Amino acid sequence: MKRFLAFVRKEFYHIFRDKRTLVILFGMPVAQIMLFGYAITNEIKDAKIAILDKSKDHLSKRLSEKILSSGYFVLEDYLNAEHEAEGIFQEGSVKMVLIIGEDFDENLQQNHTSHIQLLADATDPNTANTLINYTASIIRSFQSELNDHRSLPLTITPEVRMLYNPNLKSVFLFVPGLITVILMLVSAMMTSISITREKETGTMEVLLASPMQPLQVILAKVVPYLLLSFVNALAILILGYYVFGVPINGSLILLLLECILFILMALSLGILISTVTHTQQTALLISLMGLMLPTILLSGFIFPIENMPWILQMISHIIPAKWFIIVVKSIMLKGVGIGYFWKETLILVGFTLFFVILSVKKFNIRLA
Amino acid sequence: MERPIIYAKNLTKRFGNFTAVDAISFEVGKGEIFGFLGANGAGKTTAIKMLIGLWKPTEGQAMVAGYDVYKQPEEIKRNIGYMSQRFSLYEDLTVQENIRFYAGIYGLSNQSIREKTDELIVKLGLEQVQNERIASLPLGWKQKLAFSVAIIHDPKIVFLDEPTGGVDPITRRQFWDLIYEASHKGITVFVTTHYMDEAEYCDRVSMMVDGRIEALDKPGALKVHYGVESMHDVFVKLARPEVE
Amino acid sequence: MRIIQFLVRKEFLQIFRNKGMLPIIFIMPVIQLVVLANAANFEIENLKLFFIDKDQSTLSRLLRSKMDGSNYFLLSGFGLSSQDGATALDRNQADLVIEIPSGFEKKLVRENTQKIQLVVNAIDGTKGALANFYALEVISQFNQEIRQDFQAINKVGVSPFNRLQVEYSHWFNPDLNYKTFMVPGILVLLVTMIGAFLSAMNIVREKEIGTIEQLNVTPIKKYQFITGKLLPFLILGLVELTIGFIIAKVVFDIPFVGSIFLIYGFAVIYLTLVLGLGLFISTFTETQQQAMFITWFFLVIFILMGGLFTAIENMPLWAQRITLFNPVRYFIEVVRMVMLKGSGLMDIKWHALIVFLYAVGVNGLAIYRYRKTV
Repeated sequence: MKRFLAFVRKEFYHIFRDKRTLVILFGMPVAQIMLFGYAITNEIKDAKIAILDKSKDHLSKRLSEKILSSGYFVLEDYLNAEHEAEGIFQEGSVKMVLIIGEDFDENLQQNHTSHIQLLADATDPNTANTLINYTASIIRSFQSELNDHRSLPLTITPEVRMLYNPNLKSVFLFVPGLITVILMLVSAMMTSISITREKETGTMEVLLASPMQPLQVILAKVVPYLLLSFVNALAILILGYYVFGVPINGSLILLLLECILFILMALSLGILISTVTHTQQTALLISLMGLMLPTILLSGFIFPIENMPWILQMISHIIPAKWFIIVVKSIMLKGVGIGYFWKETLILVGFTLFFVILSVKKFNIRLA
Repeated sequence: MERPIIYAKNLTKRFGNFTAVDAISFEVGKGEIFGFLGANGAGKTTAIKMLIGLWKPTEGQAMVAGYDVYKQPEEIKRNIGYMSQRFSLYEDLTVQENIRFYAGIYGLSNQSIREKTDELIVKLGLEQVQNERIASLPLGWKQKLAFSVAIIHDPKIVFLDEPTGGVDPITRRQFWDLIYEASHKGITVFVTTHYMDEAEYCDRVSMMVDGRIEALDKPGALKVHYGVESMHDVFVKLARPEVE
Repeated sequence: MRIIQFLVRKEFLQIFRNKGMLPIIFIMPVIQLVVLANAANFEIENLKLFFIDKDQSTLSRLLRSKMDGSNYFLLSGFGLSSQDGATALDRNQADLVIEIPSGFEKKLVRENTQKIQLVVNAIDGTKGALANFYALEVISQFNQEIRQDFQAINKVGVSPFNRLQVEYSHWFNPDLNYKTFMVPGILVLLVTMIGAFLSAMNIVREKEIGTIEQLNVTPIKKYQFITGKLLPFLILGLVELTIGFIIAKVVFDIPFVGSIFLIYGFAVIYLTLVLGLGLFISTFTETQQQAMFITWFFLVIFILMGGLFTAIENMPLWAQRITLFNPVRYFIEVVRMVMLKGSGLMDIKWHALIVFLYAVGVNGLAIYRYRKTV
């Protein structure tokens, strides 16, 4: 046991000696959660629009004012003719053009109907859609103002409740994914590189020649990373909670246990990678391309899996991160218990066992 | 005597509190084979790196090929060749490609690159493997090739840092034949080694112990001075005075 | 100039000899482009709707089939109690729950007004907001239809209702194809990643294997060295970009409205900047691992703040200011503008100028930091 601890200590020295990597290891999660919390958001505000008011009457001005005072839009420019729209889109900053038809007020007085046109720059379809939706609902409320809020027969009034994330903050969505990515990075990537480095420099053979059991050698190598990952996960949870108000509605203990399960899974994956690679560079590239990218892209971290083509949806099933993200979201945001995600938990246990067995096999073959 | 081609006076390099090279002074004449001897860690490599303009000295003066190591490192580089302790050819390039590359960056003309390449390959007997990657060659061949590449631009001086490390005695002998040949062409050779038998091949040798030069003379004169039979014994006397 | 030629030739020999790297340079990006373009999709359709109908009336059933029939929703289940809805949300079986109270139809007719409940899973705020918006739209349309029917049947005279008719059109991407938006951005991402990683690891690799020392004792000038390292990767990057354009055209049928030369011209400046950044990193790192980590760190920030996935205009002002220092942002904007909208040189002149100055600065720094003598 004493020998084992000495080994663990040696591993910690390695980690703490390389200051640059260490800074990144701890700086990365903090920087990322700050970015996701403060900067990266799909919420639209102050979108730049241009207005072409063909009537310039009292009512059309009222409509423009109403739209501009909503907080979603800022006026970039007034246009004089329709053909100017293309140019202003090409310059790049204006996202929508509002065109108020001719004789706006008069038409409404006489025919009870008037025309409004919205042109959106749909190079970003999402933004375009959202802008049009926002504008349309402002116009709708303007319309009911025009009708003096007359009550109509058969009015259905929907009452809306936004569950789990009432203020629609993006950071709620990102925290679970971020924890997953960081755990994967530290546990799987760092371990695989660190073990491969010992192989590359030849020190692995020295270690294996020592009276320690091969299994102990490997365990001693991964213990520090287990601790590091755990600290990292805690840091994200704490930052998320105190800075951005991301709640932990469910059981904290359960959450931490699931985190440990995922870390174990990632560590065993890291060990497996190191048994099949010989150079740090390969280990690095396999980890980056084979682990990090799928974890970021196909796990539902940023992009909803339901929208993907079925083949990618199939692939997403074999990405452990996907299941872990479901578990974390369920505990943190939905506050439900193990009854709701025992299947996902079992799948993670299955992955862990699979990787452990496979790497022990590989390892033994190498020794024999 | 004409002006020395390498001149060092109180040349010193410190890393923090550690003095790697401690005020060494010496001169090397044109065309000499100068042996720079010492145990591992005595400061040989550090001294060389200051002379070839890779590291700035902490103190002292040095002139190499008539240029100041502080102010004119780039001029020095134009006039010297260097073969480092670590292997310096590209393992993933072939014999031919390595020769061409180094000849090219020293600015040789295409015509002379072609001539030199053919000449070298024939001289070293590498015809069969000229299109093989360096990685697949035995160490001895690599070393000989690295040396030939280091003098491909006919420098005034060539610095060799432990050129024969890890090579068998026969190949070492062949390597020294190459060194003599270069010396005949008028190239000054500055060579570090910890093989004391190689010291016998040098015109003059210096013995470095713990960053200082403890002895400097012709090998014969040193042996007489210390009253021993071989350079190895000279070294033992210098390095471990307490053994006496 | 000849010396640079020799350096460039050497780099190419090394790149093409490394059997492990070749697939990473040429095949990985292709796979990534194809996968990413399909995966990076914020298009929202087929929202899972759970319908609780406590009324079981003609009207409530009509609303249900109306919701189901819209393009946005997919009926994933229905139940009779509010508890069923809550469970469906917790189990991820619903994005949206609509609850029709009992007596809905009767009350609506008798009292002229009636409430229904909408519960939205808002973990993903954007998706939640859109689900809400779509649902309200369908409901309001439904409302109008039953109202018209009602008025027609009952022949109720109503004073004319003032209507504002809104028409909208989506420019440059009328089908709202999300790939049209993403593919140009992903192209930038790939070119940036390959360029930054390769260049950052390159000089460090020579440090690790020791050949850098041999180069440092040659009379190579610093600028020659840096140029010799830069050019091969610049060429690679352009080849990569070309492959990307071909895939964009052939596989995804992305329109190419503007001038391709303009993009290539900009790409040259941009790549010089990215590669300079990589080279700069490799001048102060000692191992490939370190270089890789530092590059990864910056790339993640650049990419997240580059406007690829989330629009820069949505960021708070201070964050928008920070993105002014983000090279990725400029190239993404330019590629989208030129490719999709046909913007010309005058539209992107500021982008070009900024990236140019940036490139000069970074490469100057790399040359300055690269020490032949320490």
